[in-house]
Amino acid sequence: MTISRREFVRLMGLAGAAGLLPTSAFAAARKPSDLYEIPKYGNLCLMHITDCHAQLNPVYFREPSVNLGIGPARGKAPHIVGKNFLQHFDIAPGSIESHAFTYLDFDNAARKYGKVGGFSHLATLVKRLRAERGDGNSLLLDGGDTWQGSGTAYWTRGKDMVGACNLLGVDVMTGHWEFTYLDKEVISNIGDFKGEFVAQNISVNEDALFDYRFPDFAGFDEDSGQAFKPYTMKSVNGLRVAVIGQAFPYTPIANPQRFIPDWTFGIQDERMQSVVNQVRETEKPDLVAVISHNGMDVDLKMASRVSGIDVIFGGHTHDGVPRPVEVSNKGGKTLVTNAGSNGKFLGVMDMDVRKGKLKGYRYRLVPVFSNLLEADQEMQAYIDKVRAPYKDKLEKKLAVAGETLYRRGNFNGTFDQIICDALNKVNDAQISLSPGFRWGTTVLPGQDITMDHVMDQTCITYPETYRREMSGEEIKAILEDVADNLFNPDPYYQQGGDMVRVGGLDYVCEPAQTMGKRITNMTLDNGSKIEPQKKYVVSGWATVGAKSPGRPIWEVVADYLKEQGTVKVKKLNTPKLIGVEGNPGIAG
Amino acid sequence: MSLNQKRRVFLKGSLAAGTLGAAAGLLTPGAVLAAWNKNAFTSKHIDEAIASVGGNPVTTPSKDITIKAPDIAENGAVVPVSVATSMDGVDTIALLVEKNASPLAAVFHLQEGTLPDVSTRVKMGKTGDVIAVVKANGKLFSARKGVKVTIGGCGG
Repeated sequence: MTISRREFVRLMGLAGAAGLLPTSAFAAARKPSDLYEIPKYGNLCLMHITDCHAQLNPVYFREPSVNLGIGPARGKAPHIVGKNFLQHFDIAPGSIESHAFTYLDFDNAARKYGKVGGFSHLATLVKRLRAERGDGNSLLLDGGDTWQGSGTAYWTRGKDMVGACNLLGVDVMTGHWEFTYLDKEVISNIGDFKGEFVAQNISVNEDALFDYRFPDFAGFDEDSGQAFKPYTMKSVNGLRVAVIGQAFPYTPIANPQRFIPDWTFGIQDERMQSVVNQVRETEKPDLVAVISHNGMDVDLKMASRVSGIDVIFGGHTHDGVPRPVEVSNKGGKTLVTNAGSNGKFLGVMDMDVRKGKLKGYRYRLVPVFSNLLEADQEMQAYIDKVRAPYKDKLEKKLAVAGETLYRRGNFNGTFDQIICDALNKVNDAQISLSPGFRWGTTVLPGQDITMDHVMDQTCITYPETYRREMSGEEIKAILEDVADNLFNPDPYYQQGGDMVRVGGLDYVCEPAQTMGKRITNMTLDNGSKIEPQKKYVVSGWATVGAKSPGRPIWEVVADYLKEQGTVKVKKLNTPKLIGVEGNPGIAG
Repeated sequence: MSLNQKRRVFLKGSLAAGTLGAAAGLLTPGAVLAAWNKNAFTSKHIDEAIASVGGNPVTTPSKDITIKAPDIAENGAVVPVSVATSMDGVDTIALLVEKNASPLAAVFHLQEGTLPDVSTRVKMGKTGDVIAVVKANGKLFSARKGVKVTIGGCGG
């Protein structure tokens, strides 16, 4: 790491001299290294993207200021934010990397360094690294959450992203939000995908096996009951590389089961062990890699229980972690990475693999700054074509941001507050609930809020809103349930995602408490106590159990925004926290 | 005929055979019904339920019992649970759901020589432990595994 860092700085000088960087980048006190001169190392390069959430175009994305680790996770990666993050990962304050990995000085730095991600910029970077590593010496892996998250992905049922990934040359992928389309659409999308789709932890449930609707799907194994191919073998630079897939284990719980009734998921770490053993015994691999959508905490635990995996490329929890965590298990060590979200990063793992052993590695989580990487023409033309039918609708200006609007963080982000306020206002409710997704891009103060932004924040296949009465007791039960999914000290009982966002409701939260005891002192905005037996009018969206009757959430939010002119959050319904003083996972 | 069609025919055939088998007395449903232990299945307390099945409520925790159940249930109404053990002389395996109003969910009586490996689905109203009680050579052993039942949603 130290050596390569020094080399970046040196090479940065050369790149700067060649005029590759915009002048604004030089204004930083510490010159940014040329992020994209990544020295070759070893004989195998695995590139990794994850959780791009269908962001084909560059975006702004603010990293969280609250990402609490509870119990054994306290103060450990990925539960570190801001200055603690910089210290932990040895990143210079004020540098371009500091902006990429933390929320610090977000507005100014975002203006200085510009947008992140975008598939045409990512394509340039991927092509460059592929060429530098030499033809056939690298693979591009995608951890999933690729087909969902934008208006075009929603309207094309994920097909726009399948096309973009084919152009980008994704070799192997797994999934999560991919499964929020109808099962037959999932099967069709995988059919169109030119890479391979792997997932060892999805089975066809026993009832469905009697008369399975997709018996001819190539990935289905009727003997094992697995719905998708569990792993694939790739030949890279003469090495045999196994890539095992681990889809999001709690998809039918966190998302509607009704779209994919035949498939059952779960962590299945015993099965993971047997797949690894089988691969080691029968395939003679030089390296065993897993692309996982477990979330980082679950990956860390799985890596301690399952042996024989060299590296887990992780996603789901959207943690931009610059350095892999080395986890010990009875077979040796397993590296665990997490590669952020929204197309912001490309994970680059260069490895020295000899005689079936991983001898050394260099890892960089490279931020994709669209001003520093030229757009790939072919990809840009594709994106323009995909967006053309929806362009006018998506680029329609709805309001102006009066402050930074973002989502990511354990509790209400400012954009969430706008959504909650819209629900309360448009649906005439006292309390609103909005899911704690970790996707959704950021809008800078003064920037126009367009339909694109609203879709970035709300675009799901079950967007219907509801307005109904709930008792105080029921509201508390919901908050407790979601808080346990986030703060349970055992990662296998967490689902990823952040705390449910609320409007019109304040509460006190003690994350380290046990289920049923974390949420106290619930009050309405006017200060009156929430009574357990009293009924309140609640509005929300994204119901998992059954379809709600109301309009899609994006229509509700758009209606609200159009009335606002300039949007500022009047009151952020973020809870008062107990017991988090000194926790490195919260801004000091 | 594709492999899968063959498989379907086979499954249908084996189902039919199963029904026939039962009718022919191979599965002796009558005997199972005769052994229906009303007190055990309606008991409101874990100890009482275990005592009704095993004769006394005291069990010894054992690492030789493996419970397979999801960490978080996909559907609390039908949670798949398997219990297996490496012990010899097993004649009964009971499954209890700690937080259910009537905790006893299933009792399996095994004939001598039967592999002690059973699977069923249980209903779970809320988060809690699934408890397996194994009676082997007249002694009671137990193991438990937590299963979370959640309202779902809000995933990242």
